[in-house]
Amino acid sequence: MGNISIDIENVTVAYHGKVALHSASIKLEEGVICGLVGMNGAGKSTLFKAIMGFVTPVRGNVSIHGLPIRQVQKRNLVAYVPQSEEVDWKFPVDVYDVVMMGRYGYMNLLRIPRSIDKQVVKESLERVGLWDMRFKQIGELSGGQKKRAFFARALAQQATVLLLDEPFAGVDIKTEKLMIDMLMELRQAGYTILISTHDLSSITTFCDQVILINRTILAYGNTSEVFTEENLSRTFGGSVGDFSGAKANSRDQY
Amino acid sequence: MDFIQWFVQGFIYLFVTPMQHEFMVKAVLVSALVGLVCSALSCYMTLKGWALMGDAVSHAVLPGVVIAYVMNIPLAIGAFVFGVGSVIAIGFIKAKTRIKEDTVIGLVFTGFFALGLVLVSKIRSTIDLTHILFGNVLGISDSDIIQTVIISVITLVTLAILRKDLILFCFDSTHARSIGLNTTFLYYTLLSLLSLTAVAGLQTVGIILVVAMLVTPGATAYLLSDRFDHMTLIAMALGVFSSVMGTYISYHIDGSTGGCIVVLQTILFVVAMIFAPKHGIIAQSKDIEVNY
Ligand SMILES: Nc1ncnc2c1ncn2[C@@H]1O[C@H](COP(=O)(O)OP(=O)(O)O)[C@@H](O)[C@H]1O
Ligand SMILES: [Mg+2]
Repeated sequence: MGNISIDIENVTVAYHGKVALHSASIKLEEGVICGLVGMNGAGKSTLFKAIMGFVTPVRGNVSIHGLPIRQVQKRNLVAYVPQSEEVDWKFPVDVYDVVMMGRYGYMNLLRIPRSIDKQVVKESLERVGLWDMRFKQIGELSGGQKKRAFFARALAQQATVLLLDEPFAGVDIKTEKLMIDMLMELRQAGYTILISTHDLSSITTFCDQVILINRTILAYGNTSEVFTEENLSRTFGGSVGDFSGAKANSRDQY
Repeated sequence: MDFIQWFVQGFIYLFVTPMQHEFMVKAVLVSALVGLVCSALSCYMTLKGWALMGDAVSHAVLPGVVIAYVMNIPLAIGAFVFGVGSVIAIGFIKAKTRIKEDTVIGLVFTGFFALGLVLVSKIRSTIDLTHILFGNVLGISDSDIIQTVIISVITLVTLAILRKDLILFCFDSTHARSIGLNTTFLYYTLLSLLSLTAVAGLQTVGIILVVAMLVTPGATAYLLSDRFDHMTLIAMALGVFSSVMGTYISYHIDGSTGGCIVVLQTILFVVAMIFAPKHGIIAQSKDIEVNY
């Protein structure tokens, strides 16, 4: 048994008085990849935002390595890749600049990159295969490349807790496979990874644990025990059918 | 030979002779400084999409300027309070009602501006409304110069120190928050700088046109570069150039200084819009032909 990394205790989140996530409790250990599965509107993104402190829970508490989230962020212990990047794609920054933004937490006030920062950025870009594209303005990348660039930025943060909200949405199979391989490497290095995805078929190949969610946690535990047809039909209201081969439409959340 | 002589004489007549007047020396220097500071900030304003906000804040400072004038404290303090206050009011109304943001902005800044007009008209003093509205750099006082210098130093130093954080804030504020940066602080910093530079710009081009100083150089530079650093340098060069040239032109044609500066800036924008190497209209239409 590893140390507890992400500790979510009885968290309830409401938007304008309407509850989106009810009494969620989860404890994730180090070195675990945990899949977060649920329908659109089930509260997956809400759970991520609650962990990051972007929404204030009505009730409950979140800590990572026993620290409150602001401390965790200041110590570069967590990296978060949101579902859709709400960024201005025409902004005058290149791919290299964007990945370097993952290093700001390590730099002094003026954010002048040291040689270690440049080295980590180079490694991150090489790992996602974008080193040759580093001088491209961020908007010139394709959809999959954009996702990879933001994934590289999360890698450059060298945070041992990774929160990935639908990283495979709208990316090609090749990119998805590349990212899954990388996640499995990071697990070896002791990272804790929470990842929401629509691709049910790949879950069993790389997730140690699964959380099934629909406005509350329906089931949670080791993939082999939790990822059953019965549980899934409860999660999706019986609409999944043969889930094993199904790749749900990954664009339907837009 | 003749040509060179003619050129040198022309240059002396246009740019050196006016400097015999002390007021012109002051005006050119102050304009250059204000052009520099406003255009440095304009990069953030255009990228953050704060043009309307800039317009709002620059108008909303009017009552603050008048009150500060009456209380005999630096105008910048009054402007600062009302500039930031107007944005807080905008945020409050937006959060508490169902009215859309651009409507709220339009509503708040005209309200503040109207209050300023009433105050100016009721306070019998030497305060000259036209100077506030349209600028008066050719008659700028020494205390106003000192104030402009102080504002410029504060703004440039803040931008130099927080440059990377502000760029990140404009580009991706979610990421800024997730690495533990204080985005509320960055938001109010940018806003405070906006209020301060609005006062600086007020001296040269006046309240009505100051938004041009805070938007146009950044927009022009944005068409000319894909790198933030280059964009900033280009914007600052354009800002200083148009401020200095505009001041000279207004001297020679005896016309509105603010008007000359902003017309010049707009001409530069139009030139960039048409001829910019990558993002200009001509280059873009060639791009389409190539793609066909
Ligand atoms: N900012 C918000 N304001 C109001 N309601 C929201 C907001 N964000 C999410 N919701 C609501 O909360 C519920 C859960 O949303 P979300 O967490 O985005 O689900 P998922 O990521 O699983 O698709 C949905 O019903 C959604 O409409
Ligand atoms: Mg979501």
